[in-house]
Formats: sequence, C-alpha cells, structure tokens
Amino acid sequence: MNLSGAKALLKSLEYEHVDTIFGIPGGVVIPIYDELFNQDAITHYLVRHEQAAAHAADGYARATGKVGVCMATSGPGATNLVTGIATAYMDSVPLVALTGQVTTDLIGNDAFQEANITGITLPITKHSYLIHEASEIPQTIKEAFHIASTGRPGPVLIDIPKDVQTTSARFEYPKKVHLPGYQPTYEGHPGQIKRAAKAINEAHRPVIYVGGGAKISGASEEVRALAETIVAPVTMTLMGMGTLPAEHPLSLGMLGMHGTKYANYAVTESDLIIAIGARFDDRVTGKIASFAPNAKIIHIDIDPAEIGKNVRVDIPIVGDVKRVLQKLIPLLKDTRTKEWMEKVQTWKREYPLEFGETGLKPQYIVREISRLCPDAVVCTEVGQHQMWAAQYFSHRHPRNFISSGGLGTMGYGFPASIGAKIGRPEETVFDLAGDGSFTMNCQELATAVAYDVQVKVAIFNNGYLGMVRQWQELFYDRRYSQTKLSEINFVKLAGAFGAHGIRVDSPSEVAPAIEEALVVPKPVIIDFRIEPEECVFPMVPAGAALNEIIDAKNGRV
Amino acid sequence: MKHTVSVLVQNKPGVLARTAGLFSRRGYNIESLTVGVTENEAVSRMTIVVTGDDTVVEQVTKQLNKLIEVIKVSDLTKESYVNRELVLIKVTADSSNRAEIMQIVNIFRARIVDVAPKSLIIEVTGDEGKLDALIGMLKQFGIKEIVRTGTLALGRGPKVIQSGKD
Repeated sequence: MNLSGAKALLKSLEYEHVDTIFGIPGGVVIPIYDELFNQDAITHYLVRHEQAAAHAADGYARATGKVGVCMATSGPGATNLVTGIATAYMDSVPLVALTGQVTTDLIGNDAFQEANITGITLPITKHSYLIHEASEIPQTIKEAFHIASTGRPGPVLIDIPKDVQTTSARFEYPKKVHLPGYQPTYEGHPGQIKRAAKAINEAHRPVIYVGGGAKISGASEEVRALAETIVAPVTMTLMGMGTLPAEHPLSLGMLGMHGTKYANYAVTESDLIIAIGARFDDRVTGKIASFAPNAKIIHIDIDPAEIGKNVRVDIPIVGDVKRVLQKLIPLLKDTRTKEWMEKVQTWKREYPLEFGETGLKPQYIVREISRLCPDAVVCTEVGQHQMWAAQYFSHRHPRNFISSGGLGTMGYGFPASIGAKIGRPEETVFDLAGDGSFTMNCQELATAVAYDVQVKVAIFNNGYLGMVRQWQELFYDRRYSQTKLSEINFVKLAGAFGAHGIRVDSPSEVAPAIEEALVVPKPVIIDFRIEPEECVFPMVPAGAALNEIIDAKNGRV
Repeated sequence: MKHTVSVLVQNKPGVLARTAGLFSRRGYNIESLTVGVTENEAVSRMTIVVTGDDTVVEQVTKQLNKLIEVIKVSDLTKESYVNRELVLIKVTADSSNRAEIMQIVNIFRARIVDVAPKSLIIEVTGDEGKLDALIGMLKQFGIKEIVRTGTLALGRGPKVIQSGKD
C-alpha cells in the first residue's frame, strides 16, 4: 500500500494507539493537518502557544501513563516547544514531539521559518530524528514511541520536512524495532539484590527515599510493602509525592529544601538510605558532604548513569524499581527499627508543618482544597505555591500530583492541567498557580473554554514573584528587585475568555469558593488574595546541610 | 588522568554531533576525537581521549551508553592497548640544515613527504611520547605548522569490541 508521508504519519500514530494530539498548524505542516481533517481516529486540540502544546502533552502523559504527543510547525513553532521538551526531559516524561521542517532542498539555507530543531533539542531529548524519505516514517514512529516509553522515559522529537509529507511511499508498519544500542536493563542483578537485602536486614535506622521513578514504574504497592515489611519511614521527592499516601503512618512527606523537618532529620541520622527511582538532586540532598553522613546507600534506578552521579553509592541496583522491589521484598526480615521509629515519631510530633493564623494563608487554602476534593488531580506551576501544594495537600495517589520538578518551569501547570483533564476527563483537575506563573500561559484559557475542559485554577495571588521575593527577603536584605507584579483582575480575565472567575479575600470565603468552582460547569479561576509576604517554611538554604533548617520561628536569617 | 575510550556507534547522520555535544554540555574535556567506519559499514568507531578522574570517566561512559546510537563503549585504558597518532609537521629547512633534519627523521622512523627550497613536511606515526620527542627535536629548526589526527587505539590480543549482530 502506498501512502503520502502525511497519511503514513497519521496511520503510524494510530498503530501506536494515539488518539490525542496537542498542537498548532503552520506553513510546513499543512499536509499533515489536511490529513487530520479527513479522519476521526485522532482528536487534535488546538492550543494558543506551542509551549502549551508540549506542556499539555506532558500533563496528559503524566496523568495517564501513556505517551503524550504534540505537534508544531517549523522554525518558531518548533522553538516554542523547546521549554516543554526540556521540562519533559528533566522529569522523564514520555513525549513525542512532531515538528514540520522546510523542504529537504532548502534545509541549511536559512529558509523562511527554518530552525535546526534537532540540533537545538539535542541536549534535551532522549533521541531525535530528521526524516529524509517518506519511506522512513513508519519505522521512525515505531522507534520513537518505543524509545519515549521504555527504560527511563523521555521526549523524542521527529522533524518532518514538508516534501517528505507529500511524497508517496510504501506503507507497512513494522512489528518490532531494531536498536542495537538501546537495551534498557529491567531485571536487577540477583547478587546485588541479595547484598541490598543483607544491608537492609542489618540496618537499625533505615529511611526509604522515593523519587519519580517509582511512579513511572507503577511501584506504589511495592514501596508500601517494603516500608511495612521492614517498618521504615518513607520520604518522597516532589516527583515522588503520592507514591505512599500522605496519611500513611510511615510517610514523612517531602524531603529536601522545603521538606519536612522530620524527613530531613531522619535522612541525616539514618544508617541506611534506600533510594528508589530518585536521583539525589541538589534540592533534595542539600550540601552533599553532609547528606546522610552515616548511612550506607542502596540506589535502585533504571538509568545506570544516575548511579554514583551525585553521591557515592554502596549498593547500586540497575533495573526497573517495581521488578527489583518484587525480588527484594521476600528476602527481608522484620528489622529492629522500633527504637528508630519512636525517634522518628517524636520528631513528627515535635516539628509538624505549621503556619500562622493571620490573614488569608496559602497553606490553609491548600488544606481546604485537599479536604474538599481529596482525590483531585493537582497540577502546579513553579514557586512558593508549588511547595505549599507539595507540603499541605494530602497526596493519596501517585499520578495525581503533576509538577515541573527538574526544570522548574513556570507556566507549566495550567496547560499541563488541560492535558491531564483531557486524559482523565472524569476527575477533578486543579491547577494550583502563582499569579506570576499563571500569567505565563494564561492564553490557554481560550483552549480550555473552546474544548470545554473544566479545569479549576487556584491562583495564590500575592502580587509578587513570590519565591524570588522570599530569597530576596531572606538572603538579599529585602531588596525586592523586579519581583513586584502589577495588579491583574483575574476575574475579568476569566470572563474575557468565557471562563468563570471568583475572587477570595478572606478565610471564610475559601471553602464556598472551592465548592462553587467544583459545581460551575466551566473552567474556573479562583483568585485567592493571599498574605503577600508569606514564606515557604521549613527551608534549607541552598548549599546548607539538610539539618540546617530555618523556619518561621527562627527564620529571617 | 587520561583515558582512551573506544565507542562503537551506528553510522548515521548526526551521531558525531550527538556524541561530541554530550562532552561539552556535561563539562567533560575531550583531548582528541577521531572517527571512521569499521569493518562493518553500518558501524563507526570513535576513539576519544578524555581527561578526568575515574568518576568522571565512569559518568562519560554511562552518558555515552545512554545515547541510542551508541552500541558499545569501552575504556581501553583499563587494559593493554596500542595507540597511534599521525602527525604532519612543516619545518623550516634549507640546504644548510636539511641533512641534520633527515638524520633526526630517520632515527624516529618518520618520513619526509614534501620538500621545498625553504621547508619540509615530515610525516610521523607513533604514541604521544614519541611524537612529543620528535616535535621537541624539530623546534630548533622552526616549526611552521602542525596537524595531528588524534589518537587511534585498539586493545591488544585476540579480544575485540563487537557491535553485535549488526
């Protein structure tokens, strides 16, 4: 069967079970959009900025576990995807980005809307392709989805020149891929698993440190089983939140820069860290030399390059964390952690997360959202509100907290929430946002309204780029250089796009506003006018050790 | 410390950029990089000399292995290996010192590949020590230009680095 490149592309996407694409058309992808017009297997969501297409595909992927797909034209369309691709790369999100390219005879000539997007995205993609012939399309799509979704997932970019889209070639979808250089290790080495079991059985003060890899691998049950078998506390990174429910007695919540004091104390005093699908990021470890100074470290990860990258590891296990844990757990005994757990529980009682009473407190708002819609999918932007969302929402499910952790992309949450809601339409999806972050992609209100994607946005409006302001307050003598934001009427903004807006100024209005947002059958923005100079505590200053924590009481360094 | 790393890659466009780019963006220092096709046309072999301690080289190796088109990476420095580099050196020479230069060239088993009234081009292969020694000897005559291929290396003995079934 002969098909045009554009048709072959869509047919190949169908073979990969793609039913959702986020994108914007442009000059060199018109042949693909023309084919989209003729079919109904794939729904294309027209966004208003390509960055949002990448973030929406990313949010869709994180919420569903499927590969997210976005599409853009050449040049500016493709470069607008870059932030979204980098975001997905840093958080290991399976994403396929399709870009149009100028015709093959013009490549390299600085043609109109030409950009070398495979070159630009080289360091932020797991792999990329520039297709030269229509006949390469099926094989390339097959490989791209395989690479994006297996091993340590990540974004793959496919650049398709316009003439390739219009040329005909024989179409046959390949049954398998042939990638001699790509063979991820899934099964952990049995000898290493035995060594890990021995170390765990001998430990007195173990701490389980869980990252995003546990979610990706679908290992929530195994993490819980591990913790309950050996009776060890579990702390999670931003990417790992929800792997063990926050209410679980063994959960210590988040660790690191804005982690709980008890999680950071536990890590510091531990004699064995069991790292699961985590990468010892600087926001997690604080000063490396003081990180868990007396602990042996077991590191389980599918990516061998993560092992030994930031910290010395005593027992590395390369493999899929779910499979490794399934092999490891039967080898474990009930360890002697009684004393240790008592100590951890004491810290938990002595140093709870807490906040003041005056004014409209962001932490209170997060708790109210958590109380009123405990099973909501929560997306966030980046900054203070993101940390409050991590700290104060009672995370229950692994794929329900969606946040740009590695790259820290402001403007991520809102388009990601649209993608998440499209992926899981039956569920309540909240974007917790700052006023600064939300404005970075607020044009997507148009998309949400156009497709009736009823996401609920809670803006923690403090009139500042709050996290930078906090650093300026604490470390730059309150010189608020370029962090004060001008006033925006978000209720009117919502109205202008056809969404619903609510403004909240006092604590008593919080619950009614959330309830209203949940029942209004529209995208909704709640503009919470929070205490403008509220800080995120506890906080470990950058470069300090995890037990050098400042909080609201000792605060103001 | 210097490590000589041999990398088998799929012979595809962009693979050199991908590999070399990895070094610069992760902050590793490449001393030299050579690339050419192997006994199997679909596969190229890169020889990369990188400086750094064992941790750095371990990271380099792991990051290289993550590239989809990289088939195999091995650190030759861990075992016994042969390494060679080819250098062309243009030296100032006239009738007064040509004989002396030729004598040095013979001692080093190098060759003269071009003669002109005021210059010579010398071709030499060898390991780094030999090349440095020859260049040192030629300095007194005035070196006008040098071009080097970068290091090539193969492990000694019957063991080979294979690309698999490809």
